[in-house]
Amino acid sequence: MTVSETGSSRVKRGLAEMLKGGVIMDVVTPEQARIAEDAGAVAVMALERVPADIRSQGGVARMSDPDLIDAIIAEVSIPVMAKARIGHFVEAQVLQALDVDYIDESEVLSPADYVNHIDKWAFNTPFVCGATNLGEALRRINEGAAMIRSKGEAGTGDVSEATKHIRKISSEINVLRSMTKDELYVAAKELQAPYELVLEVAETGKLPVVLFVAGGVATPADAAMMMQLGADGVFVGSGIFKSGNPEARAAAVVKATTFYDDPSVIAQVSRGLGEAMVGINVADLAAPHRLAERGW
Amino acid sequence: MTTNLRSESLDAGGRPSAGPRVGVLALQGDFREHAKVLALLGAEVSLVRRPAELAGIDGLVIPGGESSVMDKLARMFGLAEPLRAAIAGGLPVYGTCAGLIMLADTVLDAIAGQESLGGLDVVVRRNAFGSQNQSFETDLAIPALGDEPVHAVFIRGPVVESVGASATALASLEDGRVVAVEQGNLLGTSFHPEITGEHRFHEYFLGKVRSRANP
Repeated sequence: MTVSETGSSRVKRGLAEMLKGGVIMDVVTPEQARIAEDAGAVAVMALERVPADIRSQGGVARMSDPDLIDAIIAEVSIPVMAKARIGHFVEAQVLQALDVDYIDESEVLSPADYVNHIDKWAFNTPFVCGATNLGEALRRINEGAAMIRSKGEAGTGDVSEATKHIRKISSEINVLRSMTKDELYVAAKELQAPYELVLEVAETGKLPVVLFVAGGVATPADAAMMMQLGADGVFVGSGIFKSGNPEARAAAVVKATTFYDDPSVIAQVSRGLGEAMVGINVADLAAPHRLAERGW
Repeated sequence: MTTNLRSESLDAGGRPSAGPRVGVLALQGDFREHAKVLALLGAEVSLVRRPAELAGIDGLVIPGGESSVMDKLARMFGLAEPLRAAIAGGLPVYGTCAGLIMLADTVLDAIAGQESLGGLDVVVRRNAFGSQNQSFETDLAIPALGDEPVHAVFIRGPVVESVGASATALASLEDGRVVAVEQGNLLGTSFHPEITGEHRFHEYFLGKVRSRANP
């Protein structure tokens, strides 16, 4: 009798591998999920409110209504992800019971625990977590995250924070690559990450899991820039359904992500998309309203 | 044919100077993992996103990923028809997971309007195991590749629901569902040897590529 295993690291990380080179889109209704799938999204993130609305409406942001998640799962055949609050392991248990394909332990929702993140090894469903730097990414991987997304500043349409975070992670990886073994012990201490993971990154020159970029991506050129900066793929949140022509913009971002290094394709797909989401400059946000600072 | 010219260029030792040229369809998915395995096995690897990049390749791998996205991009950027022509012309092609779906003549549970390239006389069901919670890894006995079982990872994978007269099943799960098939120069697996360090499928495929490049 052959043993079959579900929920192994390889199986969890493997789904993220298959999403590479693709665009994951935030959707709040089954209709939007259909538009996303038809436009070529590799997966959708089922939400009650996109980050731009969470930002403008305020209040506590929580896991979505199970009915909404069910309706979105029923509508599309591509993977469906959904968000749990940081540290809210019961929301994560519910999402696993709803059979979502990936759980995002997300700073976009209001944190439920200001000390602990979820023990993600305890789940069969894989997790994606946000990070602003390498140490944070490795801590999440140590807790069982099977995919990392740089945080950016969700719901702004301002890509500058996403740029900062992917550049930060890449440059910290480059520094590790040039270090001797004895220096890596100190690096692990400074990164506040396990030595074994630090050593692995130093040897391979990359994170042990797939790295997507998120937070503020609003145009095809934004997506292509993140890919040129080394992202494995892109999350687009408010950028699509807060724009003038979501269908066209969604398809354009997908094409620009595949042909990220071809400016002529990016130029061609950027034409006639209508208005981009209005956006907020991150510099104008008071510190308590910066989501990227949630999680540690 | 450029293939013949290349196979005739020999190095000082009288061996072929370069491995077979294998393209990897790089529209979306884990194409870099395939490229690494193929390079390790001595192939000269190139990424294919445009019709012109099909010129001069002796074989093609279609990676894992999202089949509905690959189909859309392949049609939008004019690759689908040249790929169909290449497959009809006997180009060796190996598809894993989404790649198997792309090679199947008939696809069940596809999204509205989704097309495959076809070539394999099989009916494939997309996402046949359900959600990611049902994704799994297991050992498969595949006599064609030797006694040692193949460790196979299935990620929201498809299964072959029926194998037509022209195609041959290479591997099945214990419940009998077919998960690897071949037909002439075409090879398809529901699972992902490219992420497990299993090289025998790629070796087997390169055998097809070499025998077509140097008949």
